[in-house]
Amino acid sequence: MTEATPRLATFPLARERTFDPPDELARRRDEAPIQRMTYADGHEGWLVTGYAESRAILADNRFSTRTELLHSPIPQRGEFRSEPLTPGFFLRMDPPEHTRYRRLLTGQFTVRRMKQLEPRIQEITESRLDAMEREGAPADLVESFALPIPSLVICELLGVPYEDREKFQRDSAVLVNLESSMEDIRAAIKDLLAYLHGLVTMKAKEPTDDILSGLAAGGELTTEEIGGVGLLLLIAGHETTANMLGLGTFALLTNPEQLAAVRDDPAAVENAVEELLRYLSIVHIGPTRTALEDVEVGGTLIRAGESVTLSIGAANRDPERFEGGDALDVTRPAHGHLSFGHGVHQCLGQQLARIEMRIAFPALLRRFPNLRLAVPAREVPLRSNMAIYGVHRLPVLW
Amino acid sequence: MKIKADTGRCIGAGMCVLTLPQVFDQSEDDGTVVVLDAEPPADLAPAVKRAVQLCPSGALSVEE
Repeated sequence: MTEATPRLATFPLARERTFDPPDELARRRDEAPIQRMTYADGHEGWLVTGYAESRAILADNRFSTRTELLHSPIPQRGEFRSEPLTPGFFLRMDPPEHTRYRRLLTGQFTVRRMKQLEPRIQEITESRLDAMEREGAPADLVESFALPIPSLVICELLGVPYEDREKFQRDSAVLVNLESSMEDIRAAIKDLLAYLHGLVTMKAKEPTDDILSGLAAGGELTTEEIGGVGLLLLIAGHETTANMLGLGTFALLTNPEQLAAVRDDPAAVENAVEELLRYLSIVHIGPTRTALEDVEVGGTLIRAGESVTLSIGAANRDPERFEGGDALDVTRPAHGHLSFGHGVHQCLGQQLARIEMRIAFPALLRRFPNLRLAVPAREVPLRSNMAIYGVHRLPVLW
Repeated sequence: MKIKADTGRCIGAGMCVLTLPQVFDQSEDDGTVVVLDAEPPADLAPAVKRAVQLCPSGALSVEE
């Protein structure tokens, strides 16, 4: 590979436009879909911006996700690799360890199980819309709609009392804030785990109909492991769909024709959700993996021990896979995007997230056909400083 | 066309069921793939191909 432009020093985060990944990433992709990048600790690893290359790496178990093997692509999380793994936090495990945890959970997140939740998700959505109407405009759509819907759903599924949300929403926000100190992160993890361990111990004695009770009754995992699983699912359930709903509504309000299609054509909703997932790619940093042995990807040799960091945003707009990918077009075939990942770590909760979005977007747009921003678009605070992209607040009128 | 599914590789993501529910299902037990119709009619071939492509774990394959 020839290096036409200087090697990137760490992963770019600064965006030129709200909904587009940093231009630097697209420039790098057009130049070479895999190229050298210097990591925060000086490690000479790789940046991957091509669709095919990203997909190949995510599907290849010779790339590890274990924290102690990963170099940080951004300065903020440099100390992470020396942190001990929380038992049960299977996102940071490779097969076959990972497989054991995942298998205990997949039965709970099947397409059929998630479809059975539809009436309850509709009920929750309608009650949030009723509350918005009652309280009147203006409202912060994040606080009154985007966050409470997925939060209530994941709490009910796991068996975590929603009344305790102030605590775990705060801890969860600390964990995904790139500006949090290691000390604050350790404290938030400790706090959340103590809370979850207490809950699991209680559910072992008095089981209820939920995932934590099921895991406690199953007897295959220790209380500590179930706490780690709960931590992962609680964070994942809070920080993802909530940001898709917030940022997705913002994107639709900015593209009135696309918004009209989602509002008026029930048949368009399914694909519109996939397109919003592709276009917004809210996992805007990484994932990062480390090669366990020498692996060739798209003609490039990645040596054992080298880290690779993907840009899902750049891959999801790779012109080789999605023509005109920089535009939001809810009618384009958007399947195959990498927003839920690929390979054995592909999002466990993706079918839940899909159903939540398929219900929430059209319900919101139909209830408030005149929904609009209450502030100029440039004043909407963006989550550039968080591990998951989105909006901090979305002030709206109707 | 004959569909083969490797339940040992399957991670229960559900992409096949989402793509083609008349051909694929998931076990109630552990969410792994259940093939309802291993030799579906030829007009389903494009959708079967898509399900194979979307499978994140490479658990599905098709013999012509």
